Amino acid sequence: MNAFSELDVAGGGTTTALPGKSAVTLTINGKETRLEVAPWTTLLDLLREYLDLTGTKKGCDHGQCGSCTVLVDGKRVNSCLTLAIMKDGCEITTIEGLAGPDGALHPMQQAFVDCDAFQCGYCTPGQICSAVGMIREGHAHSDDEIREQMSGNLCRCGAYPNILDAIKQAYAATEKQAA
Amino acid sequence: MINFSYSRAGSVAEAVGAKGKADGAGRFIAGGTNLVDLLKENVERPCAVIDISRLPLKTIEEAPDGGLRLGALATNADTAYHPEVQRRYPALSRAILAGASAQLRNMATNGGNLLQRTRCYYFYDVALPCNKRQPGSGCPAIKGQNRVCGVLGTSDDCIATHPSDMCIALAALEAAVRVSGPRGERTIPFAEFHTLPGHTPDIENTLAPDEIITAIDLPPSPYAGHSVYTKVRDRASYAFALVSVAALLDLDGDTIKSARVALGGVAHKPWRLPEAEALLTGKTATKENFLPVAQALFAGAHGYEHNFFKIELGKRAVVRALQLAARGTAAIKGVNGQTADA
Amino acid sequence: MSVLKSIFGQDVDTTSSTYLGKPTSRVDGPAKVTGGAKYAAEFNVPNLLYGYIVSSGAARGTIRSINAAEVEQVSGVVKVFTHDNAPKTAYLDRSHRDQIAPDSGSPFRPLYQAELEYSFQPVALVVADSFEAARYAASLVKVEYDLKPHETDLRANLGKAHPPTDTRAGYVSAPKKPRGTPDEAYAAAAHKVEAEYSQPIEFHLPMESYASTAAYGEDGKLTIYQKTQGVQNCQEYVCSVFGLSSGDVQVISPYMGGGFGSGLRPTYDIYLSVLAATALKRSVRVSMTRQQMFSFSHRPEAIQHLKLAAREDGMLDSVTHTAIEETSQNEEYLETVVNWSGLMYNCPNVRLDHQLVNLDLASPADMRAPGAVTGLYAYECAVDELAYQAKMDPLAFREKNYAEKDQNADKIFSSKELREAYRQAAARFGWKDRPLEPRSMKKGSDLIGWGMASGSWEAMQGKAAAKLVLTADGKLLASSATSDIGTGTYTVMTMIAAEFSGVAIEDVTFQLGDSSMVYSPVEGGSWTVSSVGSAVKTVCGELRARLFKLAGKVDGAPLGDATIEDLTFANGAMHVTGNPVRNVTYTEALRAGKLDRLELDTTELPQLAKQATHALYSHSSVFAEVSVDEDLGTIHVNRVVSAIAGGRILNPKTARSQIMGAIVWGISMALEEEGMLDDHVGRFMNHNYAEYHIPVAADIHDIEVIFVPEHDEVVNPLGAKGLGEIGMVGVAAAVTNAVWHATGKRVRSLPVTLDKLL
Repeated sequence: MNAFSELDVAGGGTTTALPGKSAVTLTINGKETRLEVAPWTTLLDLLREYLDLTGTKKGCDHGQCGSCTVLVDGKRVNSCLTLAIMKDGCEITTIEGLAGPDGALHPMQQAFVDCDAFQCGYCTPGQICSAVGMIREGHAHSDDEIREQMSGNLCRCGAYPNILDAIKQAYAATEKQAA
Repeated sequence: MINFSYSRAGSVAEAVGAKGKADGAGRFIAGGTNLVDLLKENVERPCAVIDISRLPLKTIEEAPDGGLRLGALATNADTAYHPEVQRRYPALSRAILAGASAQLRNMATNGGNLLQRTRCYYFYDVALPCNKRQPGSGCPAIKGQNRVCGVLGTSDDCIATHPSDMCIALAALEAAVRVSGPRGERTIPFAEFHTLPGHTPDIENTLAPDEIITAIDLPPSPYAGHSVYTKVRDRASYAFALVSVAALLDLDGDTIKSARVALGGVAHKPWRLPEAEALLTGKTATKENFLPVAQALFAGAHGYEHNFFKIELGKRAVVRALQLAARGTAAIKGVNGQTADA
Repeated sequence: MSVLKSIFGQDVDTTSSTYLGKPTSRVDGPAKVTGGAKYAAEFNVPNLLYGYIVSSGAARGTIRSINAAEVEQVSGVVKVFTHDNAPKTAYLDRSHRDQIAPDSGSPFRPLYQAELEYSFQPVALVVADSFEAARYAASLVKVEYDLKPHETDLRANLGKAHPPTDTRAGYVSAPKKPRGTPDEAYAAAAHKVEAEYSQPIEFHLPMESYASTAAYGEDGKLTIYQKTQGVQNCQEYVCSVFGLSSGDVQVISPYMGGGFGSGLRPTYDIYLSVLAATALKRSVRVSMTRQQMFSFSHRPEAIQHLKLAAREDGMLDSVTHTAIEETSQNEEYLETVVNWSGLMYNCPNVRLDHQLVNLDLASPADMRAPGAVTGLYAYECAVDELAYQAKMDPLAFREKNYAEKDQNADKIFSSKELREAYRQAAARFGWKDRPLEPRSMKKGSDLIGWGMASGSWEAMQGKAAAKLVLTADGKLLASSATSDIGTGTYTVMTMIAAEFSGVAIEDVTFQLGDSSMVYSPVEGGSWTVSSVGSAVKTVCGELRARLFKLAGKVDGAPLGDATIEDLTFANGAMHVTGNPVRNVTYTEALRAGKLDRLELDTTELPQLAKQATHALYSHSSVFAEVSVDEDLGTIHVNRVVSAIAGGRILNPKTARSQIMGAIVWGISMALEEEGMLDDHVGRFMNHNYAEYHIPVAADIHDIEVIFVPEHDEVVNPLGAKGLGEIGMVGVAAAVTNAVWHATGKRVRSLPVTLDKLL
């Protein structure tokens, strides 16, 4: 008998068998997707290894670099520390979902290109998702606040000053649009 | 990462029942920011992971005593930016915002923050011994890379620190931890929640294995106008504290009616010494009066090869935090709370 | 200009250029901001297996047992490879040496023997049908060791220091004999400094971890999607190690999530993916974890001893510089550390010495500006100390001892606008207002300090090839087997190809990162533009010549009797200069030649005869302001101004970014980076991004980059010197000198963390 009113997936211990999978529904970049996932699959691995959405990057896999940042229900999170099974019913936005349906770049994406806010490009999707999330959260009022709020996204190429410029450009563009 | 079962609890009772059934091999998961990290490191090897993230413990509401009740599952971000937290408990808001990153704060919950494991390098590296991870295996940190380790309340078995920023403010505010278990509900005073390592560093708090944190109660506080959280770390953001100080003053003009000082980054639990705080009662808020508090707090400190400096740094940070607190909450500048507006 | 023409056939005048010198956005930008750019672990080929690496927990000893058979029982696991069962690769060390390896020595071979070489080395590879299953099974692997004592402590082993016995292309050993009489000069000097400087091990840590996706074809051929700075180096290595023929191995790397030198040599993920793929005849991906990124290469720890002396008037008169670095037991990693001290400033009496200590660690590897950042960190700090001894402004001291020639080699510089770089950066920074005495500036609870330093890096050029394909639609495809590690190679090569082919930039595509393309050396050492770019330029010249010939066949001979020198090539057409009506489009030329495409490639070699008579270097001057909390010791770098004399700047937009990033690296080296080694267990303990600190956004404030014009007709046909390294050299010294100026404390061990200032 199942003691749980909600989801329950068997597994456990150092067995030779692998855990069972369970059906979840995620809305990814606006598209409702039904999937079978095992408890130990992170949202990051789900995107990259099962859905071929490789725009979200694995930099450290431990929540220490921000490369895997995606928006879950509009808020930026580290997808590497998120078990996919826990996000049943949630809306996920990845870098692939930011551009317009016609392929036009999101203002933040365009600003990153304009300001040369990246070099190797590997932290970039995470930076952009984080920046979009930050603006949505309402925490981009000054240079220092942006620097602090973006400190969860490492950039080993050291593009930070250009990232700051790009965020300000995109923020101004969205403010203007809203006005 | 080990093979674990997953279940989603529909109620607090269900969660508690499942945890009890797992008999020590179960773990609650909510934000997952520490547990998933440790699962991947093979430090945590639970058989059963119980998802409590959908339990109705997310509210932040008025408490009957005029304080504020923080739901255990409210996120760190929602707590830090809550207008009542910012207004009445600014040191708590600032402590939370001095920790981790925006992404992690969006995920991490208040209950989980209390249960964070240490960042000691040896705890994290399963190739090496660690008394906390594997009781009786030894503590290489004592003679090893111990910059991040403690200088107060350490033992021959463990010198790890509690890594939370939030808890340091909660300790200063004398919060209470509300828990629920098969034996009903109870409230644990914050000072009694976390424990020192002693000979059982694997035990980090007084929560029973089958209990769940449901809320954190903040008592009414007279300190809002003079609250500071000063964090000293190796980079400007996204780093754990070398030393941190939550300092709260209740002032009558220049005279201190009461003071609270809690330290982070130096011990296995948020560190307080009421005797040291009492030194300030009735005194004026001056550097000369703050120095003895700093001395008293670190009187019993014991440094190790790479962290001796924390004793001196800690004293200076205490003085700085108290100086800033005296100037008033509103003047404090920057996420690390080290400076004030001129 | 006429001299130049006679050498290279075309001038390098920047004023007439269409694209070069103009700020240009990255051509790969849209792919990178949309997630479309695919990195090595993102090629999801069908029926892929996942390899998870198990790392050793001990530094020295022998593996007694591994429970591989037990772990293979886990559902989904296909194979657990260990030294016991892994197919043997080539026997000879020679077969394991890649293009960048030291000339002798024994490159590390994963899963080759029971004997351990260092802690965290790979000891098993678990291959399973999903990433999670492989990771889980790897957690069940138990390795038992018979331990042996290890040595990982450089300071404790200084007695074992020895001069290098090996050699390596690009490594300039310290001169055997001193120049002049440094001891006598030191003894007689008015101003003296003797000090030891140490810097810890640093790790490259690009954001993308190393990964190798080895796709096993039906024909048994391997297509390897690899994170690397040299696809052809990897291809040769794989063929040599596994005895495969070059036609059966293709290495592809269109994007690289940062390298900084860590990917110059083939990394062990490619060894393991190929080992598994060939043994299992399946496609296999092997990715390193972030923790494993601390397990194969690093900037070596260095302990340096400096003795400098100046005469009463501030003339530098004696330099003795000894550097001792660690290397592994199996290889001598060689980088040029001390020679810089013999050429930065004029000095008649110089002794330089570079020694190595073998430790039980992985081999070090080139890391951004290898050798120069190490040697010049110490030297530029010591110079600062000496200037203060002489009561001279540190900039004035450097200007007074300015070197007009490279005294090490007794050669004149091909170009050196360092004096101008000093002038412009100092002016921009406001240096003239700097008080000489430390602890002179304060703001609130912060002490303010200003420091400066200079830097230098070699302007190298290597053999490289480029290929062009011009098609009937007027589109030009250029290619070379180089890579873009974030440096902007795609963009600058596109610009060069457009500039010199006369095809509009929108119609030019540059491709790279495929071992089947024409030859390119590894991307490193700031030599890609000079090497590959020169080849692109030359082949474009050949293209124009071919097109000119074809144009003669066009009906009506629109160009008449014009010679090629009379023509302008632009916008996909050639016309008589000053008479645009007399033109032939490239499409018309191809049609006239009855060609649907024109393909040509060329290999460019450095003009050694010309270069050999000159010293070829880029230079930098760096000025930094720090604020130091007087009580807490926390340090903030408020601003940095750096002026670069780096030859011709081809794309100012990406060039500025590259220098800016290098300055961030310098700040990081000065204040944050440190591989924390526990010598009791012989292991790095802060092996993650949380505890090994690199700067976050909140650490980085104003950075200003100035490019000083430099005209250089010797370095290479483009006149560009390369910018990947020079921006970093000197930064750590400038920051450290600023910390001294703020606090009066000389911290001579990096990183300058707050505890050292308490």
